[in-house]
Amino acid sequence: MLAMNYRGPRRVRVDHKPYPEILHPGDAIIRVTRSCICGSDLHLYHGMVPDTRVGSTFGHEFIGIVEETGPGVQKLKKGDHVIVPFNIACGTCAFCKQELYGNCHESNPEATAVGGIFGYSHTAGGYDGGQAEYVRVPYADVGPLVIPTGMDPDDAVLLTDVVPTGYQAAEMGGIKEGDTVVIFGAGPVGIMAARCAWLFGAGRVIIIDHVEYRLEFARNYGPCEAYNFRSLEDPVLFLKKETGWLGADVCIDAVGADAAGSALHTITGKKLMIQAGAAIALHWAINSVKKGGIVSIVGVYGPTGNLIPIGNVVNKGITIRANQASVKRLLPRLIKHIQDGYIDPKAMITHRVPLEEVADAYHIFSAKLNNCIKPVLIPPSARN
Amino acid sequence: MENNQSIKYNHIKGWGVDADPRNEPTYPMKRYTGDDHRRLNWERPLQQLEAVEVLHSNERPAISAVFGTTLPPAGLSGAIRRYAFKYSESSFNHWLPLLLADRINVVEGLFDDLKRGYIPNVLAEKGWKSAWKYDRKGVVKKLAMRAAAVSFIVAAWWIMNHKKKRL
Repeated sequence: MLAMNYRGPRRVRVDHKPYPEILHPGDAIIRVTRSCICGSDLHLYHGMVPDTRVGSTFGHEFIGIVEETGPGVQKLKKGDHVIVPFNIACGTCAFCKQELYGNCHESNPEATAVGGIFGYSHTAGGYDGGQAEYVRVPYADVGPLVIPTGMDPDDAVLLTDVVPTGYQAAEMGGIKEGDTVVIFGAGPVGIMAARCAWLFGAGRVIIIDHVEYRLEFARNYGPCEAYNFRSLEDPVLFLKKETGWLGADVCIDAVGADAAGSALHTITGKKLMIQAGAAIALHWAINSVKKGGIVSIVGVYGPTGNLIPIGNVVNKGITIRANQASVKRLLPRLIKHIQDGYIDPKAMITHRVPLEEVADAYHIFSAKLNNCIKPVLIPPSARN
Repeated sequence: MENNQSIKYNHIKGWGVDADPRNEPTYPMKRYTGDDHRRLNWERPLQQLEAVEVLHSNERPAISAVFGTTLPPAGLSGAIRRYAFKYSESSFNHWLPLLLADRINVVEGLFDDLKRGYIPNVLAEKGWKSAWKYDRKGVVKKLAMRAAAVSFIVAAWWIMNHKKKRL
């Protein structure tokens, strides 16, 4: 079968790999019909995530058709077209029972701080991902959900990560009616967080980035105010002025380790790697939120540590809420929101690329070429 | 939510549908079940057979019930990874060797390709086709900068060599 193959930082290609095997009674094999490249895949692509082994297949955002099931699988059958949440969750550990499906303790031997994630390095369990024709899906009775009749597959594939992560970013913000919400990062997750902030009753939504075409998209899609930090002398000062000098009620970091905007962070976090990525978006979020405000983090960082103004967190009495999205918990509500027309995920898809051209898709997304917001990879079998 | 605010925002479809006064820190991140004290005593899923070497964090007593089996540690990078897993996730001695192993693994991957008689097309792997299509100016600039850097190094080397000969 064809599968994306990581060869080193900024080097990927498509190769033939063996068809995946059922390794556990709860496994299923899924024939992938769509897979996305996520902003957090770029952290892997840029070589920033420890234990990313050469030969890995990335891809944690995918949907597909059940091809084969293990003897223990009862809820899925061959031919079901399913949404596969990016988290691999057992459904029985203490954390899954508490609906913390992004924090499963029975899906990742390599690290305790993160649950298993498809195609996200050995630090997240060493699973192959969905940027391939077929993929092994463990705990198939727990995570995957049959795509509701009538749902567009382009909407469904974004329910695997982008929509729940953007939604949970807003949810964790504890947004109260009329709140001013500032989102750092106008990538797909940030744009979705902006859209979802309104669902929680925000009074004002502001998004900050430096990529003009993305700001333009966010301005219309949110709809929200959108500002380019390159044209602001100091984004924190700007936001203070915009919020009556007190700061935003809620700040959301939807950027993570690949943030631009600070030479110090870029050199120490992305070039020398002495911190776990460039954390300038989080730095700005902490400094832009009001005293007693909430900072919600969904941007992905490495496991070592980052330069952030923790003293200001204490002195301002900020609450920080962060997690990988609990996709399974949120899916029913988000499916309803799509059906009700409150969110339109597929509008974010700008590029549909054959799986065979994965190297170009990664470069286009990473370098933000051709007004790319969200690229989707389509395997040959799904194109016929 | 039906009030003056919702009228103000009626151009935004779905405004306030999920507004929930209970949504404050700790809600709804976790559905408290009272099971926290049970620690590792939950009914574990069936254990996947360990057919390949799987490294596991020393912050847990054993491997998880299910795990990925791709790319078991091998070669020099594998030896470094095994060393790294002697340290906890809290230690730089865990993560920095893993990053080093990743870089060594890139060279190992290159040798593996050559051993199989495959010469990787690095330019294609880096997506230069799309770069040329959508960012020709950027590609030319990058090439010019690299050419200038190489010329500078060659010129410096030549001058140094020339001086030594004259002495």
